[in-house]
Amino acid sequence: MISIAKLSGAQALIESLKKEGVEVIFGLPGGAILPVYDVLYDSNIRHVLVKHEQSAAHMADGYARVSGRPGICMATSGPGATNLVTGIATAYMDSSPLIAVTGQVAKAMIGKDAFQEADIMGITTSITKYNFQPRTASEVPKVVRLAFQLASSGRPGPILIDLSRDVQTEVDEISFTENIGFSRLKHNIVPHPLQVEKAASMLLNAERPVILAGGGVIISNAWQQLLALAELLMVPVATTLMGKGCFPENHPLSLGVVGMHGTYEANKTILEADVLLAVGCRFSDRTTCNVSEFCPDAKIIHVDVDASEIGKNRKVDVPIVGDAGETLSKIYDMIVKSLCRKEKSLWLKRIEEIRSESENVYSSIQESNLSPIKILKELREILPYDAIVTTEVGQNQMWASLYFKVLKPRTFITSGGLGTMGFGFPASLGAKVAKPDTPVLDIAGDGSFMMTSNMLVTSVNENIPVMVVILNNSMLGMVAQWQRLFYGRRYSAVKLVNPDFVKIAEACGAMGVRIGSLEELKNAIGQALKSEVTTVIDVPISPEEDVFPMVPPGKGLKAMIYGALKTSSALAKRSERLKEMMD
Amino acid sequence: MLSVNDKGENYIVSILVENKPGVLYRVSNLFRRRNFNIESISVGPTEKREFSRMTITLNGDDATVEQLVKQLAKIIDVVKISLLNPKNTILRELALIKLYAKDSRARSDILNYAQIFKGKIVDTTEDAMTVEVVGTPDKINAFIKIALSFGIKEMARTGLTALERGG
Ligand SMILES: Cc1ncc(C[n+]2csc(CCOP(=O)(O)OP(=O)(O)O)c2C)c(N)n1
Repeated sequence: MISIAKLSGAQALIESLKKEGVEVIFGLPGGAILPVYDVLYDSNIRHVLVKHEQSAAHMADGYARVSGRPGICMATSGPGATNLVTGIATAYMDSSPLIAVTGQVAKAMIGKDAFQEADIMGITTSITKYNFQPRTASEVPKVVRLAFQLASSGRPGPILIDLSRDVQTEVDEISFTENIGFSRLKHNIVPHPLQVEKAASMLLNAERPVILAGGGVIISNAWQQLLALAELLMVPVATTLMGKGCFPENHPLSLGVVGMHGTYEANKTILEADVLLAVGCRFSDRTTCNVSEFCPDAKIIHVDVDASEIGKNRKVDVPIVGDAGETLSKIYDMIVKSLCRKEKSLWLKRIEEIRSESENVYSSIQESNLSPIKILKELREILPYDAIVTTEVGQNQMWASLYFKVLKPRTFITSGGLGTMGFGFPASLGAKVAKPDTPVLDIAGDGSFMMTSNMLVTSVNENIPVMVVILNNSMLGMVAQWQRLFYGRRYSAVKLVNPDFVKIAEACGAMGVRIGSLEELKNAIGQALKSEVTTVIDVPISPEEDVFPMVPPGKGLKAMIYGALKTSSALAKRSERLKEMMD
Repeated sequence: MLSVNDKGENYIVSILVENKPGVLYRVSNLFRRRNFNIESISVGPTEKREFSRMTITLNGDDATVEQLVKQLAKIIDVVKISLLNPKNTILRELALIKLYAKDSRARSDILNYAQIFKGKIVDTTEDAMTVEVVGTPDKINAFIKIALSFGIKEMARTGLTALERGG
């Protein structure tokens, strides 16, 4: 179907966005994008005005991760566009379908260092999946169509559309076609049958199989296939940080997150695997730690829709280019066909053993009175199972990864790849816009929250009520932890003198409350869940609490530590001694 | 699958790309971003107006080349990628080499060498001669070796271009 109308480039843009089903844009206007904002004035697309463009990108990103649909952010040229950069890079690293629209100076002024000109095409080439700079108004519908197709197909990622001012104002006969179709939108979603067969037989013959599930499982909505396969073979499932939530963490086969701050069970079990099925993950260094010591004895099956991820960071035995869900269900079918269920009980017994060791380990971790561990476990108790949790970056994020069990996909939103402080709060607002009826909570550090806390104003003005729990240690906590452990406690530039977060919340028209016990936390959350405005819950915690377990940088997973000096051999000795005493 | 080349030799990747602004930037930016060290790149039009061909040579191992090919494949302007087997490929490069030629002895020697290499003298001044040599990179390297004994004033090489043999 083709429809033609006499429109300006700006009208063509808004018309195209409507055709894509866009309901909301996060942004902040300026000179070079004025024509678009003028069209927006009459449109029924909601615009959420942010306080800084970085937050617009994070909001759109949070919206996208929760809904699975592209999130749209908009900014003016120059500083508006460059302010988006951190948000675009964050979305790129975590494969999130973000579409950024930026204003640009008039075509004739490009390259002349005109007022508020920035080479945003050049700047974002390596942090977008693709970027467009249409030269005429008539190109706009096609560019928007391609942007949406590209952003959400195959391995999703951010797209930028840079619109010169004169392209926005130019009026032309604009045609909208539905099937533009990119002939070379290349992604192999159907796995090669031979590889599937190899993978299936490898899994069937494995003695100690483990599944490592990454963000790709969430992106491809493949959690049911994952659950089915894991249960069919009784294979334990570990996830990456980005995969957290793709497998219910209260499931008996769940091991939690692997990596630098992985759970004891996950890190320990994965090292003993003889076959590892890695799906939708990229063997990032925060997951594998020292990659040469990662799963040394395992045959590796690697499934990813992005062929370039296979073999990039880790040599694999069975490469499979394919969609996570498609591939998992093909492997499942293959296994069901040839199933003569092997006795797996030895491996499951071993995992039981590791689990009971882990209790020792966790109980040996030093905790203060109102420790983050207790807070996170309490939050899980209080929040409904489908509540959406975002995190900032640092200790707060790793505590959440370790001790907050996620039960549903797309309910744990975190900046995994880029590790962007200040992401969590705007992302929580974007998530709330996508799911207005679901409680949304940002687990924050005081340092990170300061980066985007001006968005409290937006949350109030735009009626987007979320909750923020600040694990307030008056420190750039994670950096302090490294300085404590690896730099002889030389605290360089990590001590924070914070404003009163309760007053800040109140000054912005939000609720603020400081709590000093789990009981008070429960009450505060109870109130917040009912509140019509955002609630900031300030929780003063010990300034020197470490996140454990941890794998020191550069080491392999087996070098995991549980306290400043605690290693697994020291702990094993201790439990041996305890056993002897008991006998 | 990819090991068409003996270790230590250059790999030759030929890519067909859309002929439009920004494509060369996207490709070269990828090399920088992914830390690929390329030896040469040459770009030019093809039989179809909408496409250009880039010929890239790089030194590396199989794994590096495999990554390069996979990363290139993600750029939507890249239409086709082939890893060329040098044994089955016509390889050509052009070099312009300006040599010191102070006396008549040097001049006649340069002329002789140029003839041996099927090169052409394309410019002469009082103290220099410019030779054009076309051929495989090996042939050009061999000529450069000789040229060094005269002294090279300036040189420009086009970088390799290549096309697979046969239909
Ligand atoms: C934008 C940005 N700047 C710097 C860092 C480096 N960094 C990583 S964690 C961290 C400390 C975070 O402090 P806070 O938000 O208070 O969280 P905590 O670790 O105390 O929980 C810093 C500075 C980062 N990840 N992102």
